Amino acid sequence: MFANPSMPEPNDQSRCTSFWHALFVSACLLTALLALTWSQRAPAAVLPEDRADVLYHRYEGGGVTIHGPSVLVRKKMAEKYSVSASYYVDMVTSASIDVEVSGASEYKEERTQYGLGFDYLRGKTTYSLGYTNSDENDYEAETFSFNIAQDLFGDLTTISMGFSRGWDVVRNVTDPTFEEDIDRWSYRVGVTQILTKTLIANLGYEVITDEGYLNNPYRSFRYKNPTNEQLFLLEREIYPRTRTSNAVALNAKYYLPYRAALSGGYRYFTDTWGIEADTFEIGYSHPIGPWTLEFAYRYYSQDRADFYSDLFERRDQQNFMARDKELATFSSHRVRLGGTYEFAPAGIGFIKKGSASLFYDRIEFDYEDFRDARYSMDVSAENFVPAGEEPFYRFGANVIQAFISIWF
Amino acid sequence: MAPTSRASALLAACAVLALTGCGNIEPWVKPYERQAFADPIMSFDPHPISSSYMHHVFEAREGARGALGSAGGGCGCN
Repeated sequence: MFANPSMPEPNDQSRCTSFWHALFVSACLLTALLALTWSQRAPAAVLPEDRADVLYHRYEGGGVTIHGPSVLVRKKMAEKYSVSASYYVDMVTSASIDVEVSGASEYKEERTQYGLGFDYLRGKTTYSLGYTNSDENDYEAETFSFNIAQDLFGDLTTISMGFSRGWDVVRNVTDPTFEEDIDRWSYRVGVTQILTKTLIANLGYEVITDEGYLNNPYRSFRYKNPTNEQLFLLEREIYPRTRTSNAVALNAKYYLPYRAALSGGYRYFTDTWGIEADTFEIGYSHPIGPWTLEFAYRYYSQDRADFYSDLFERRDQQNFMARDKELATFSSHRVRLGGTYEFAPAGIGFIKKGSASLFYDRIEFDYEDFRDARYSMDVSAENFVPAGEEPFYRFGANVIQAFISIWF
Repeated sequence: MAPTSRASALLAACAVLALTGCGNIEPWVKPYERQAFADPIMSFDPHPISSSYMHHVFEAREGARGALGSAGGGCGCN
């Protein structure tokens, strides 16, 4: 294979710089946390409430349907300890554009995820440990996480930091001998600040590093067919074996005088694959009697990865080659409408209160350099368009969540 | 300076500035003036089970990730 001088490999130097910056920030905050933990004894922080949620989720769009249940239960003990357990299932039926272009037929699979959490509150400090395990027939993922949060300055400020470590195993159902690993590291810090009597803001920063087999073993890139340039051929993608990303997010929430909440947020993202992304969000919550109505809008846009191309000139064009639409240049708009109905506000038996929620999200994805290759697959088809001239791909998705929450 | 380095440096500066005056900061919003933050609609994450799911929906379809809370591993999204 030949390296393409115009396609830089992920920059090790910038990755290291980001990593050391993150480490420096983390060390500063940890030192401050420890000093303050030992110097302040007044009780203030509280653990999350005892609560159980049961949710049904359904995603439908782009030829993919994913649905399933999710359960989250949290219980306090002696006001000092809190344990949580979660269960989540994705039942997938997929005939996505990637599946169609590869010539494969619709497939079904299932992913199950379990999670356990433990929190310990000591004075104004909350220590949290977490474990999640995700399992599907060709992918396993295990993650351990540790977080520490500290209230400061008369509880106007909460600073937090965390670390996660993950181990994934990637398999391929068509090749029983195929097995690859991914190691993951995540470092994060955050500050939540009460700014006025009605305004609160949160600033968060996270560095994530992955190392290992980062491809999807089923996905292919496409390149021009040397014998007929109107057509394309497929070859398995080749990704770098490392990726480091940085994300910084600022979110704020404002309490309106007539009892409603307005929220806004922005996230900037960049990584060593050359992706840069912006995410903007606004939201509005409005209680009316036992109902709380919610509206939200989210805009996301990203630039493509350095080694992404919709159609490569030749099979061995460069070291790394990808055609994952997740790495393409695109934008998406999301609109949410939803409502929560509170029932049993005075409690029934051991239940203190309950609520039922229904949320509907519509997401529109518009790709700027990912073409609909289904048009150039069959030269004899009536709607045939030569490879590289197909219309850009776009699709919409409907997401529904229905869930019941009880506090006990 | 790269954007990421700038972001890191800015965050570090904020952290250092915030911590230099640890000793004598008077809370400018008194505890009895914080009833708005006790209202569930002011929680950053009023429905953890739902936000965790939506993070997963976006993370499986976008290049960006992180700084929004954890969504766990695995995918099932191709």
